[in-house]
Amino acid sequence: MKNVIGREVPEYIEGIGKTDMFIGAWEKLKKGWMDEVTIPPPNKAKLPHQSKICLTLEEAIAKTSPKNGMTISFHHHLRNGDNILVRSLDVLANMGIKNITLACSSLNEVHNPIVKYLIDGTITKIWSSGIRGDIGKAISEGVLDIPVTIHSHGGRVRAIHTGKINLDLAIIAASAADEEGNATGSHGKSAFGSLGYASIDTRYSKQVIVVTDNMVEYPCIPISITQNFVDYVVEVESIGDASKIATGSTRVTKTPIDLRIAKLAADVIEHSGLFKQGFSFQVGAGGASLAVAKFIREKMKKAEIKGSFILGGVTSYVVDMLNEGLFKTIFDVQSFDAAVSSSLMKNSNHIEIPAALYANPFNCGCMTNKLDIVVLGALEIDLDFNVNVITGSDGSIRGASGGHSDTASGANLTIVVCPSFRGRLPIVKKTINTVVTPGETVDVLVTERGICVNPLRPELEENLKNAGLNVRNIQALQEEVEAIVGKGKEVEYTNKIVALIEYRDGTIIDVVRQVKHHA
Amino acid sequence: MLYIPGNNPAMLQQGGIYGADSLLLDLEDAVALNQKDAARILVRNMLQTINFYNTEVCVRINHLDTPFGLQDLEEIVPLQPDAIRYPKTETLEELAKLIEIIEAIEDKHNLPHDKMTIHAMIETALGVQNVFEIAKFSKRVDAITIGGQDLTADMNIKSTKDGSGIDLARKMIIMAAKANKIDAIDTVFVDINDEDGLRLETEYAKQIGFTGKAVINPRQIDIIHEVYMPSDEEIRKAYSILLEFKKNKIAGIGVFAIDGKMVDAPVMTRAKQVLELANIDFDSI
Repeated sequence: MKNVIGREVPEYIEGIGKTDMFIGAWEKLKKGWMDEVTIPPPNKAKLPHQSKICLTLEEAIAKTSPKNGMTISFHHHLRNGDNILVRSLDVLANMGIKNITLACSSLNEVHNPIVKYLIDGTITKIWSSGIRGDIGKAISEGVLDIPVTIHSHGGRVRAIHTGKINLDLAIIAASAADEEGNATGSHGKSAFGSLGYASIDTRYSKQVIVVTDNMVEYPCIPISITQNFVDYVVEVESIGDASKIATGSTRVTKTPIDLRIAKLAADVIEHSGLFKQGFSFQVGAGGASLAVAKFIREKMKKAEIKGSFILGGVTSYVVDMLNEGLFKTIFDVQSFDAAVSSSLMKNSNHIEIPAALYANPFNCGCMTNKLDIVVLGALEIDLDFNVNVITGSDGSIRGASGGHSDTASGANLTIVVCPSFRGRLPIVKKTINTVVTPGETVDVLVTERGICVNPLRPELEENLKNAGLNVRNIQALQEEVEAIVGKGKEVEYTNKIVALIEYRDGTIIDVVRQVKHHA
Repeated sequence: MLYIPGNNPAMLQQGGIYGADSLLLDLEDAVALNQKDAARILVRNMLQTINFYNTEVCVRINHLDTPFGLQDLEEIVPLQPDAIRYPKTETLEELAKLIEIIEAIEDKHNLPHDKMTIHAMIETALGVQNVFEIAKFSKRVDAITIGGQDLTADMNIKSTKDGSGIDLARKMIIMAAKANKIDAIDTVFVDINDEDGLRLETEYAKQIGFTGKAVINPRQIDIIHEVYMPSDEEIRKAYSILLEFKKNKIAGIGVFAIDGKMVDAPVMTRAKQVLELANIDFDSI
C-alpha cells in the first residue's frame, strides 16, 4: 500500500512482520508517550576488586559467552580508521557463531571485509544508520534474506529502549580507558572526540567490552563511558589507523559551485527571520556545509550576533567559532576532526552529549528540538521536498540517514543544500529512489540555480523574496534541470525488499528494493 | 566579467549561476591550439541551448591574423551574443576589417548592425598608443579592456602584483574610454587564492576609473561586487543629497549645502551614479 507520502510499502514484510506505517513526522509524538513497551536495562553484579582486564580481544569476547543469534553493537566514532568491528567479527566467525544481528551506529568502507560474513550466514541481520561501500552494494544485490533496517541516530536510541534492538554485546573502542572501563575518545594517539553514539549501548547491552590502545592510570578522565556499565577491558596495540581516525582539520570547499550554494544558503539564513541573538545552529562536516559556516561566521561578526549553541557533528571550524565567542556552547555527539578532541578536553563550554540527548524523539525533549537552523545535504530531493540520503542514482545503498531526519524534524528552519544536478545526474527530481526525510520537515532547498521554499512555509518565501533572493518554484527548477541533463532511465527493481527505512519514531517511511540488473 | 574556457562544457553550462554581470566565453588564449575547433563548436551550441539567465554573454574570438579568427566570426556572429571581444587590437585598420567582416556576416543572415557590440582588447604597447582612436572609431565599440598578461610580455617587463609596469597603460585606457563615454574593464588578478590582493587591486581599479574587472575564477566575483557596491553610508548620503536637491529645485535653488559642504552639479552626478550602482531608481525618490 502507499503510505501518507505516497511511497509503496507492503503491509507485511517477510522476515519482519506487520509494517508500522509512517503516518506523518510528528503524529506519534503528539500523544506525548510511546506506545511500545520500554525494556529495562540489564542487572549486573561484580565482586569488589574483581579484575575486568582481559589480555586479548579473543579472551574478552569468549568470556561474554557468545551464541548463535546474538546481537552485537559497535559505534562509528573511529570513522574510516576503525579496525575493531572487523576484528571482533573475525573472532566471532572463528568461534563459529552464526545468525548474528549487527547493530552498529554506522557502517563505512573500512568495514568492507565483513561482506564475506553476510554471504556465509555469520551475519544475517543488520541495523545501522548508514551503509556504505561493498556492504551497501552487497545488500542492494540481495545478499541477506532479511531486510536491513536503516534508522536515524535518534531512532536508534528509541529502538534500543524498546528492545527492537536487543543488545547482547557492545564492543566499545576508546582512545583512552582505565582498568575499570572508564573511557573516553578525547585523548590518546587514536583520539576521536565524542563517544556520543556509544553511550546508549553501554546502558542497555547485556555485556560490554571496552577496547583501548591507551590504557591509563585509574581514573580515566574525562569519563565518557562509566565503569558501572563495563564488564571487560582489553588493551590492544591499535584500535585502528590513526591517520584515518584522527584526520586533520576539515577544510572549507574551494569548488565554485559548492561555494555558490553555501553563500546562497547563508543568505537564506540571514533573511529567514531566525538569524538573531541567541540562535542555535547545526551544520555538517562536508566542505560545502563548512562553507555555509564560513559565510555565517562573517555575517555574525558583521551584524554582531551571538548564537546560543552549536549542535551535532562538530568540526574544528565550529570550535573556532566557539572560541571567538560567536556561540556560547557546543553540544558534541560526534567529532569530525582531530582538533576537536583537545577542545572537548579543555573547554568546559564544549560538551559531549549522548545520542539520546541529541536526537531521541521519545523523551522529554532532545536537543534537536531546540534547534533553530540546520543545514543538511541530499542525494536526491523530489517536488514535495522529500529527501533521499541513502541510495544512489543506481538504486544501491551508499549513504547514511544519520541525524538527517532528526534535525529536520526538530529545527525551526531546515535548509537542504545540494547542486541541482551532479555530472549528468539530476538531483532535483519528480520522484526519488528512496525517502529518508519527509518533505513536511524540510523548509527550503538551496541549489546553484535558485532557492525553492516549501509551500508549507509561505512566510519564509515572503521574507526571502523581500530580500531579493532568487526564489523559484521547485517544479520549474526540476524542469530546467531535466532540460539540461535529459531524462534519466528509471532504476528497475525486483519485488525483493533489501532494506527498511525507519523514520525516527519507528514507523516505516520507505523500503529499498533489490535493483533488477543485480537479480 | 567571468572568463570561461570555450572547451570546458561543465564550466560553460554553469556560467550563469555565479552572479557575474558578464561572461566571456573564450575561444582564444584559454584554448589549446588542437582544441580550437572543439571549443568553437561547443560555444556555438551552448549559446543556443544554455540559459545564462540575465548575464551578458561575450565571446572572445581568435585574432583575424590566426587561422581561426574568421571561422570563429562565421560561427558566432549569426548567434548574436551581446558582444564580441577582439584580442590584441592595435590599429584602426584591423578594427575596420573586423567590423567589415562582422557586418558582412550579419547582412548574410539579415541581422541588424546595432545589436552586438565589440569589446576592443588592448594588449600591446601599440594598442595602448592608439587606444583613444580605437575607442572613438565605431559606435559598435562599447568597451575597452586591458589584457595585463600579454601587455607585460609585449613590454618585456615582469608581471608584478602591484601592476606598476602597466599602470600608465591602465590610465590611458581609462581616459580613452571615459572620453568616449564607454566602459573600461580591468585585467584579471591571477592569484585566485589571494583574496586580500584581489580586493586591493579591485579597489585601485575602481579608484582610477575602471567600470569593472575580469575574473578567472567564480570565487573572485563576490569580492569585486563588494568593492564596486556602494556602502550603506554612501547610499544614504547620495539619497539625502538627491532628496535635498529635489526640495531646493522646487524652491528654485541650484547650489546648496549639506553639513556645511557645497552641493553642486558634479556632486549631484556622483550621487546619481551611486544610486544607479545600488540599483535604486532616482525618479522614485
